[in-house]
Amino acid sequence: MMTQSDSVSPYPEPANGRGENANPPLQQAQGKGLPAFDEDKPLLSASGVSKFYGSRIGCEDVSIDIWPGEVLAVVGESGSGKTTLLNCISTRLMPTTGTVTYRMRDGHIRDLYRMGEAERRFLMRTDWGFVHQNPADGLRMTVSAGANVGERLMATGARHYGDIRATAGDWLGRVEIAEDRIDDQPRAFSGGMRQRLQIARNLVTGPRLVFMDEPTGGLDVSVQARLLDLLRGLVTDLGLAVVVVTHDLAVARLLSHRMVVMKDGRVIETGLTDRVLDDPRAPYTQLLVSSILQA
Amino acid sequence: MAVPLIVSGVSKSFTMHLRGGVRIPVVDAVHFSIETGQCAVLSGPSGVGKSSILKMLYGNYAVDVGQILIRHNGTLIDLARAEPRQVMAVRRDTIGYVSQFLRAVPRVSALDVAAEPLVQRGADPDTARRRAADLFARLNLPEKLWDLPPATFSGGEQQRVNIARGFITDHPILLLDEPTASLDAANRAVVVAMIGEKKADGVALLGIFHDADLREAVADRIIEVTGFAPQKAA
Amino acid sequence: MTTQPAELATYNFAYLDEQTKRMIRRAILKAIAIPGYQVPFASREMPMPYGWGTGGVQVTASIIGPDDTLKVIDQGADDTTNAVSIRAFFAKVAEVNTTTSTADATIIQTRHRIPEEKLVEGQILVYQVPIPEPLRFLEPRETETRKMHALEDYGLMHVKLYEDIARNGHIATTYAYPVKIKGRYVMDPSPTPKFDNPKMDQSEALQLFGAGREKRIYAVPPYTSVVSLDFEDFPFEVNRFDQPCALCGAEGVYLDEVVLDDRGGRMFACSDTDHCEKRRAAGHKGSMASEGAAT
Repeated sequence: MMTQSDSVSPYPEPANGRGENANPPLQQAQGKGLPAFDEDKPLLSASGVSKFYGSRIGCEDVSIDIWPGEVLAVVGESGSGKTTLLNCISTRLMPTTGTVTYRMRDGHIRDLYRMGEAERRFLMRTDWGFVHQNPADGLRMTVSAGANVGERLMATGARHYGDIRATAGDWLGRVEIAEDRIDDQPRAFSGGMRQRLQIARNLVTGPRLVFMDEPTGGLDVSVQARLLDLLRGLVTDLGLAVVVVTHDLAVARLLSHRMVVMKDGRVIETGLTDRVLDDPRAPYTQLLVSSILQA
Repeated sequence: MAVPLIVSGVSKSFTMHLRGGVRIPVVDAVHFSIETGQCAVLSGPSGVGKSSILKMLYGNYAVDVGQILIRHNGTLIDLARAEPRQVMAVRRDTIGYVSQFLRAVPRVSALDVAAEPLVQRGADPDTARRRAADLFARLNLPEKLWDLPPATFSGGEQQRVNIARGFITDHPILLLDEPTASLDAANRAVVVAMIGEKKADGVALLGIFHDADLREAVADRIIEVTGFAPQKAA
Repeated sequence: MTTQPAELATYNFAYLDEQTKRMIRRAILKAIAIPGYQVPFASREMPMPYGWGTGGVQVTASIIGPDDTLKVIDQGADDTTNAVSIRAFFAKVAEVNTTTSTADATIIQTRHRIPEEKLVEGQILVYQVPIPEPLRFLEPRETETRKMHALEDYGLMHVKLYEDIARNGHIATTYAYPVKIKGRYVMDPSPTPKFDNPKMDQSEALQLFGAGREKRIYAVPPYTSVVSLDFEDFPFEVNRFDQPCALCGAEGVYLDEVVLDDRGGRMFACSDTDHCEKRRAAGHKGSMASEGAAT
């Protein structure tokens, strides 16, 4: 019996669409190695991005570049606009002004807000990941762990149950979930496990860029440490570029290379993470750093 | 003799915004260079700004004015004005740093902590771990600790992990911030020998050593930091 | 077409007013033009409750003419209350001939079966559909499922099949088994057994689907590919029965289990009563033909 892959579609494929990615981009993970600092073009470029909610400022005139293999932390207190910024650059929230461009796998630089919806969705589920603070927002809670991980593969054309299941099992192992939980629903998982499952679900297609919104928020400290450690390892192994929003400077210190500090919707300081934390320049950054509790 | 690092007219101060914007000058008009195959030592009483200078050279502290010129992969970079990405590349390929304290990452074993700079430069993880193990053995770090995260180690044990981490690569410039403060005499001697080998390999070293004997043993040149004290009448 | 039956002077031909029929015909034409696409229409109140085939009846009423011959089946049977009532309804309001013979019918309205006898060019099969949206139970938001259809974002369908295999070792969906129409739209074939799915593929007859409560019409034009979704290593299979029809001895047809008494007695007989009767008339005999022939 034939699957639909061989039936002829009268509808044109989206540019850079399925045809090119006929085999699920599993093998495209960049393998071992260091972040490619010598790549001389940013992966994602936001320029002059502002978002207004009526007269209230979400974020204002933010310009940032994200380079391949780089982890960028966006820090600030609640209401500082960091999540608004994250949503604006990940096409989840249309900015009021400004442009966001992305360098596609084929090297072309595209304006994200001028892309068709189909192509944008394809990009989001192959080359990107999005890790929500609350795993329930990023998982299908009533679908097994294996299917949660396998969904992106199936959405990009994988049609071999055995292969999908094997890949899902492999990824569960990589995020330290026992393989015998593959048929359990995330409802039966602890918070930390759910978060790790969400990460596996995002990484299975070998994305180049992952957005994370407070990935360790709401977890116990010991669970947080384990998750951070896992993330550190995956980020290095896969050469991922990551934009991580967090209010926790310890998370930023541990995960990120570079930091953006936001206050009242504006970027008030940027720099190498250890420079910003060890020699904060802006008054607000100094306040943030001086407020860290020493354990 | 090549000069891989020149510090020229560098000044640094801290502005304490939480204390009404008080400006605390640290160093002023810092001028010096270091040479390959030599170990220069920053000298002066504590609080004079020796560590701050090292931290500026590593990009860890921002520079107010002046230049820090570094020969990096065949080009000259002003680290004082470099983009964060350039600083990261310089750290990966050109400047090594042994800090005074180890910032321990939870759950990562001592071997992996020490091997990381090599792995970051693209080395095979197993080879890098073997190199780290060799260095641990040389520094007399008890083998039962190698696979444990260093967070619970004693000060001296952590320092040896830190030294191994700094010495494992062949960076052309190596900064040492009191690497032997918590070591006993035997291990201090090992570090002296390792510094000698780095010199022989043509590495330019810049260090801070409180221990006078050690300073005697390794220093080719003393840079007196008191000369860079900020002028009171500015 | 607009002949008024004398004794029903207050009703228009085929019950619906001409404007309504035109509106429904436009929806039908659009549905035929975009095979598998669910076209919204202004479903009317009918003199029967939802769930009794209001969608199918409106479609039939809009396409039926005085020269048509109507057959109505419910789960394959011509003699259930629902089938008899709808047949009587159209005999009264459109004065059309009705039949129970598949071959003699020009329009066959059906609930949950496709006749065993091969349909031919010129015949129209009208399905009564309770829930037209195949993605409904995976994604409850209608705004989102419509977008998914628009973008051909069908990964979720395979997630459902994956879950089936993970839980049961095989694809356990036995009715309303999702199909892809002409390589484009995923469609719910209404709750027909998956046994009937292959009959839809390249069918000579026009197939129309009406969902009254949900106000959707969709269609499969004649000679259109209808592919049941599956995995390479778990290909689509039709239900198999280990015994022939107990009444007419037919094999390779869909059988109903009939309970005979309160002592566990049961038999399997053709669900398509017309097919069974014709075979018996032609002299075919099943194992229980002598006792059970009465029904």
